[in-house]
Amino acid sequence: MATAEVERKRGQLAALSIAVVVVLVGVPLWWRTTETYRAWLPVNQINELAELQLQLSVDVEVVFSRGTLMPEQQKKVPFTRTQEEAQKVDDDTTLRYRYESKYRTANIMEEDALKQPTAAEADLSLHTLSASPCGSVVVYVIPETSVLLPQGVDVYIGHRRTAVLRMGAPMSVGKNHKQLLAHLEPRITQVVQVMSFSHTDITAALSDRVRLSPGSKESLADSMRSFKSSPGYEITFSLLNPDPKSHRLDWDIEGAVHSYIQPLLTKLAPLANFSIDSQILYYAMLGVNPRFDSSLEAYTLNADSLAHVINPVEARLGSNAASSNPVLNFLLYVPDAHHSPLYIHDHQKQPVASNAFHSPRWGGIMVYNVNDLYGRGETPLPVNININMEKVMGVFLAQLRLMLGVQSSPAPPGFLVEPCGGAGLADWELDRLMWSRTVENVATATTTITSLAQLLDQIGNIVINDNIASQVSSTVTSLQLAVAELEAGNLGFALQYSKEAILASERAFFDPSLLHLLYFPDDQKFAIYIPLFLPMCVPILLSLIKIASEARQRRKLKQSKKD
Amino acid sequence: CARAPMYDFQEELVIRPLHSGDIYASFQFRTVWDADFMGDQKVSHYRLFPKSLGQVITKFSVRELHISFTQGYWRTMQWGQPYLPSPPGAELWVWFQDTVTDVDGTWKELTNVLSGIFCASLNFIDSTNTVQPSASFKPLGIGNVTDHSFLRYATLPREIVCTENLTPWKKLLPCGSKAGLSVLLKSEKLFHSTFHSQAVHVRPVCQDPQCRTTSMELRQTLNVVFDLHTSGQGKREWSLFKMFSRTLTEACPLASSSKVYVDVTDNPQVRPFELSPATPLLTQAVVLGDRRTYSVYDLTQQASFGSSRSLNMLLRWKAADGEMLRPLLHSERYVAGYGLQAGEIHTLIYNHHPYRAFPVLLLSAVPWYLRLYIHTLTVSSKGKDNRPSYIHYQPSKDRERPHLLEMLLQLPPNSVTEVTVEFERALLKWTEYTPDPNHGFYVGSSVISALVPSVVAMDTNSTLDRPLFSSFFPCKEEASYFMRVYTEPLLVNLPTPDFSMPYNVICLTCTVVAVGYGSLYNLLTRTFQVDEPSPGLAKRIANVIRRFRGVPLL
Repeated sequence: MATAEVERKRGQLAALSIAVVVVLVGVPLWWRTTETYRAWLPVNQINELAELQLQLSVDVEVVFSRGTLMPEQQKKVPFTRTQEEAQKVDDDTTLRYRYESKYRTANIMEEDALKQPTAAEADLSLHTLSASPCGSVVVYVIPETSVLLPQGVDVYIGHRRTAVLRMGAPMSVGKNHKQLLAHLEPRITQVVQVMSFSHTDITAALSDRVRLSPGSKESLADSMRSFKSSPGYEITFSLLNPDPKSHRLDWDIEGAVHSYIQPLLTKLAPLANFSIDSQILYYAMLGVNPRFDSSLEAYTLNADSLAHVINPVEARLGSNAASSNPVLNFLLYVPDAHHSPLYIHDHQKQPVASNAFHSPRWGGIMVYNVNDLYGRGETPLPVNININMEKVMGVFLAQLRLMLGVQSSPAPPGFLVEPCGGAGLADWELDRLMWSRTVENVATATTTITSLAQLLDQIGNIVINDNIASQVSSTVTSLQLAVAELEAGNLGFALQYSKEAILASERAFFDPSLLHLLYFPDDQKFAIYIPLFLPMCVPILLSLIKIASEARQRRKLKQSKKD
Repeated sequence: CARAPMYDFQEELVIRPLHSGDIYASFQFRTVWDADFMGDQKVSHYRLFPKSLGQVITKFSVRELHISFTQGYWRTMQWGQPYLPSPPGAELWVWFQDTVTDVDGTWKELTNVLSGIFCASLNFIDSTNTVQPSASFKPLGIGNVTDHSFLRYATLPREIVCTENLTPWKKLLPCGSKAGLSVLLKSEKLFHSTFHSQAVHVRPVCQDPQCRTTSMELRQTLNVVFDLHTSGQGKREWSLFKMFSRTLTEACPLASSSKVYVDVTDNPQVRPFELSPATPLLTQAVVLGDRRTYSVYDLTQQASFGSSRSLNMLLRWKAADGEMLRPLLHSERYVAGYGLQAGEIHTLIYNHHPYRAFPVLLLSAVPWYLRLYIHTLTVSSKGKDNRPSYIHYQPSKDRERPHLLEMLLQLPPNSVTEVTVEFERALLKWTEYTPDPNHGFYVGSSVISALVPSVVAMDTNSTLDRPLFSSFFPCKEEASYFMRVYTEPLLVNLPTPDFSMPYNVICLTCTVVAVGYGSLYNLLTRTFQVDEPSPGLAKRIANVIRRFRGVPLL
């Protein structure tokens, strides 16, 4: 009896020790060998970035010229003031705007500059005195009686980062310091909103992150028109010649690009890289047949049918094989002799002055009629035609500005905005674009990186390489730097970091190593494991159950004995 | 300020009736652009030159690019020499400019981009099927480059060519498929043929006789052989309409020359066929060492189209024709041996020249999974050992690069030269097998490049206005012409496992492990007790009787 008991004990101990070995050695071994490699990701920082709190700081310098301040007010100058405004866009996104205004009086040279006969000249000479850094705004306040600005104009905005503001009548300004500020501040804010950013611009830039409440149809169309922010763009000019038998076309595209497009792109260089090319396509037709309007003796294209024009042409344009940047297409269509002149009509059935239209985030098409160059039917076909590039490039340049998001939003009443000059872009317009692009880049990069983190979190089978981990960390670092630079008001650096962030985040998101995930469905895994696991685990489990039940019985027995 | 770059576009179609009764049509489209792709200035404004291709050439600093897609095998012995030879499947060879630092990386990117442009699986070109030939592929354009580290050559013998490759090829033409000779390029007829080959060649050429400036030349060629029996319904009567189901009505308005040539060399004497409409224009050209006569239809002249305003040439045979001139050089290749372990590659090169010996360069690139035993390489002609005067051999590395064997052989007159080399088949990993592995694995064609002695004096003046089909390979001397011959691709069976095996193996091992483990577990945990052996049958019966009797039990 005693030996049987010893033997039973030994059997139980053996079963227990095998179970322990399986749990301590077998399970970790199996776990380690079938594990997928997942590098560490800065999840906490990504989650912090998911709640975006952006602060945009603008340095505003307000310069009082002689005759604008009362003696009492003058004593308080110079001084600085900081205004803050917080806006909650949605649950995860908060925006704070911070205007750091420095008030001072003008020095002698500035006084001299403001004495120029016209505002444009004053603007130029003020610019030569001191170049203000990217993203800042300088407002010169001039007396009500000054003749620098034309009658009825309160604010003048030039090509640079300076604005000239008329003080307003002395009685309305008031005498003391507080009254002065109460009078000036709303107006300065208005100027700053035109020259750097307004809340609508910034929320539009955040459209990647934030589902905007459906606003008016027009504003939606406006926000959809310009291209998404990208580190580079390809601009392609295509000349469509539907019938090389009736005319032979030539255009001086090299010269035209050099003199019309290049200055604008040079100006936009901090924003993105641009590359330009052109091609001539023969036998390229529009997708719709224009209708002949006998009253005009011309062919017309209705606004409704314009949507169908692009697709057949697009097949011929060809994609850019050498880069993956978005392409802006500008098409010049020269209708053949039998289908010209061709006019584009708008929704009101009125001919469009430029004879051109654009397609949001795609490009523009212009129709160029040459029928008056054919002569009186005596000239032998084909007719050689040289295209007037000035006319064409004017239209394309306007479309390019639209596509790139250089908005010429209507200025508030009383504002005089100097029309853009040779460069095609004023400094403050560039600043505006940089503000919204930086915010857009930050928004896009955060969305990309958070969705990547979510995806990796959800699918445990994806292998995360060290390469991806380093891209993710560099995205996070660049994003944090960009946000910090925005807070500090260094617009140029902020844009630079936001561009780096977006590049790194895209590289991580589209890394091909994420694609071939080692993924086996669970049922197949079970099919493979069952032949091994079932025969091994069943005896162990059974003997464990047996041991447990025996122990319970023994305890019961003891209890009953005690009782 | 530089003057505007000049452009020139020419199109041409050559029709050659073949002695087998089939018909060979060869299209060539040539765009020349006086732009300097090799200079520092970026070329970005395209007119006649296709933008997509131009961008690729600029971005990857390509000096020369030759790409061909071929369906079917060119039968040299039946059809003679093609104007532009190409191996079955896809072939790509590129000379990069010497400014490229990372040639392999650029090559990889370039193949990916080209596979997008031509809708082909060129992205399967990697280091395992790319070689750097040392002598066989010299630049065809100007420039005497000798550093072959800038050259890459690859073939994909398994590539299937179809409509999706033709459409992007046609898009590169200035007139698309809207006007000129390209209206004939309808895929439903072109692919209903025994041989179809389309190619794109980009190379720098001289602009003027003194060669002071260079221009870029783009040649697009398309060769097709229509079969007498499948397309011709067995009748030896061919017309443009019967071949292409289209007729010609106009030249491409952008072309400076647009011509159709019909090879009528045999006609003046034997008159085996009749050509209508007849054309008074005849021209002679020296092609592939032979002086040929062609009837010419100039599509830029309105007279070519006649009163019906459309040109539909008709060739009607009257008599069975005579003997074809035997091609001077041709070759065969096959795999010998049995079983799945070892084998032997035989390459036979025929020199049919009655009294002249000439040298040829033989190039073969063999994938790594056929392990060549280079010590077994034998070359013999007319039963005698024929020692190659130059051998370049690069051994393979498993999963990294293929074997490259290049040698210079002297072919004795009227002889067969046999090159044999033994190989062993390697075992692949189970993920390395292609789909349908039992079909076998293709080994690309060997390339034989030769300077063949010419019967007639070759035309060495490259600037003379010659038909396009005779001016592709540059000709340096009068006595010989350059020729390239591709052998058949090989189809080799490799030992192929049963692909459900891994699961079977897992199940089997698991069962074995489980059985062993189970018995061990039983032994360890079972409780052993000493058991009274049960009494035997006799004892039991005795006990029953004892119980009856009331006697104590045993």
